[in-house]
Amino acid sequence: MGQTDIEPLDVEAIREEYPILQREFDGEQVVYLDNAATTQTPEPVVETIADYYRTTNANVHRGLHQLSQEASIAYEDAHDRVAEFIGASGEREEIVFTKNTTESENLVAYAWGMNELGPEDEVVLTEMEHHASLVTWQQIAKKTGATCRYIRVQEDGTLDMDHARELITDDTAMVSVVHVSNTLGTVNPVSELADIAHDHDAYIFVDAAQSVPNRPVDVEAIDADFLAFSGHKMAGPTGIGVLYGKKHILEEMEPYLYGGMMISKVTFEDSKWNDLPWKFEAGTPVICQGIALAEACDYLDDIGMEAIRRHENELAQYAIEQLEGEGDIDILGPPAGVERGGLVSFNLQDVHAHDLSSILNDSAVAIRAGDHCTQPLHDKLGVAASARASFYVYNTREEVDKLIDAIDDARQLFA
Amino acid sequence: MPYLFLTMGIGGSDMYRQQILDHYKNPRNTGELEDPTFTHVGENPMCGDEIRMDVVLSEDEETIERVVFRGDGCAISQASASMLTEKLHGMSVDELQELDRDDVVDMLGVDISPMRIKCAVLAEKVAQDGAEIYFGEKDLDKTTTEDDD
Repeated sequence: MGQTDIEPLDVEAIREEYPILQREFDGEQVVYLDNAATTQTPEPVVETIADYYRTTNANVHRGLHQLSQEASIAYEDAHDRVAEFIGASGEREEIVFTKNTTESENLVAYAWGMNELGPEDEVVLTEMEHHASLVTWQQIAKKTGATCRYIRVQEDGTLDMDHARELITDDTAMVSVVHVSNTLGTVNPVSELADIAHDHDAYIFVDAAQSVPNRPVDVEAIDADFLAFSGHKMAGPTGIGVLYGKKHILEEMEPYLYGGMMISKVTFEDSKWNDLPWKFEAGTPVICQGIALAEACDYLDDIGMEAIRRHENELAQYAIEQLEGEGDIDILGPPAGVERGGLVSFNLQDVHAHDLSSILNDSAVAIRAGDHCTQPLHDKLGVAASARASFYVYNTREEVDKLIDAIDDARQLFA
Repeated sequence: MPYLFLTMGIGGSDMYRQQILDHYKNPRNTGELEDPTFTHVGENPMCGDEIRMDVVLSEDEETIERVVFRGDGCAISQASASMLTEKLHGMSVDELQELDRDDVVDMLGVDISPMRIKCAVLAEKVAQDGAEIYFGEKDLDKTTTEDDD
């Protein structure tokens, strides 16, 4: 199918799958624009969760009874479904279920970083990293003596790729970069960064928390060594994250958590590890969440990831256009017209983002205000905080208009 | 989390009644003093609010004679600081130390949502910590509301 054949989303039909969007506060229907923090959960996914507990619930792997077998198969198959969703040909062996993107980062930082990094090594990040990646590598670097370096973010919200080529050298052991910035909306050239990293025999870890939910992502096209994302930002449940890792790398890595399920043989003296990916899933895993995440993948593929990408970008562009109308709003990140993730961070002159968010709440408009877990980036930009509107498959232009109206209320109040 | 008992209000523009907006837009007693009895600085990292307070005490060091502040941040934190400078004028140091969240909310005259209470109490904490440090009852570089639950 050619790209021009892609139909726009049938948002009206999509919205019917989300009863929460009908909620009203003081007679105002909620306008949910905090999707970069967490997305709402469609009925098919809610049903999968309820059905699992109604019909299939049992612990996995160790039971020989029928329920345990059914739960085990559904849980294991969920790994394959997620692998397919992001183009991982190694299937379940390359997909570890974690708690969230942050835990996926920590898994690699501890299981790989603590064993492999030393004082001579460098970890290259970007100035737009989420704390999930920034704090994790910063602290692992402190423990191992390694050095963190940060690729510069330019005025227009993009990475300075010349600087990237300067920073990534033979001393670089790991490049950890965010795919789509949760603050700027910038879509980073992760494939190019992977090439640079590999030219210097470094690994690349891609934080895809804001990209897997809203655009086609192919881990092998990117050539990512690791890639992480969260279920609750892609129409799935909370409590599940994913770590993709190339099979040969995961095989060489030591476990991160010890305990049941991750072993194949245990004696009083020693233990042998289970096969991938179970080696990294100690204890009773996120069974229901994993199965529900697989359902979310089906749900999103039915809509079409390319169509979702377009929908998100169009809403973000429309929002920028409307926000810039009065001339008193600063937009963070790439200017209008440049492809971005479905989010816009901004500041209304003289109104603190927290005040703005509180006032918007009066019109039942839910946005986020703060540093969005990118405090160093906000410091660099010279702002204490920003307001952020972020979109998903069910959001409409009319909702953006309501956002604009509510901002106007704040403008009047503070005039 | 004691503040949950103060108000369960959601906040919004109810929180921004005329008095608060007036103090935010036209803050009272701003600036710095040349020779204050003590100076203290505080921040609320969540909002990025910052407040510096200069306080002059009476000769017997029992009464607050003058307070000025300088700050940057959200409307709630800055209006609260401005109103507090007026409230503290003539108050005894003992009375200052007895102020609590309820007093601050009463002073503001509006319901403060649980998420914003740290903004509201920042100025009060800066004044209290400043006094305690001056009288040697506390050793602190900078007040922060981050771990204040």
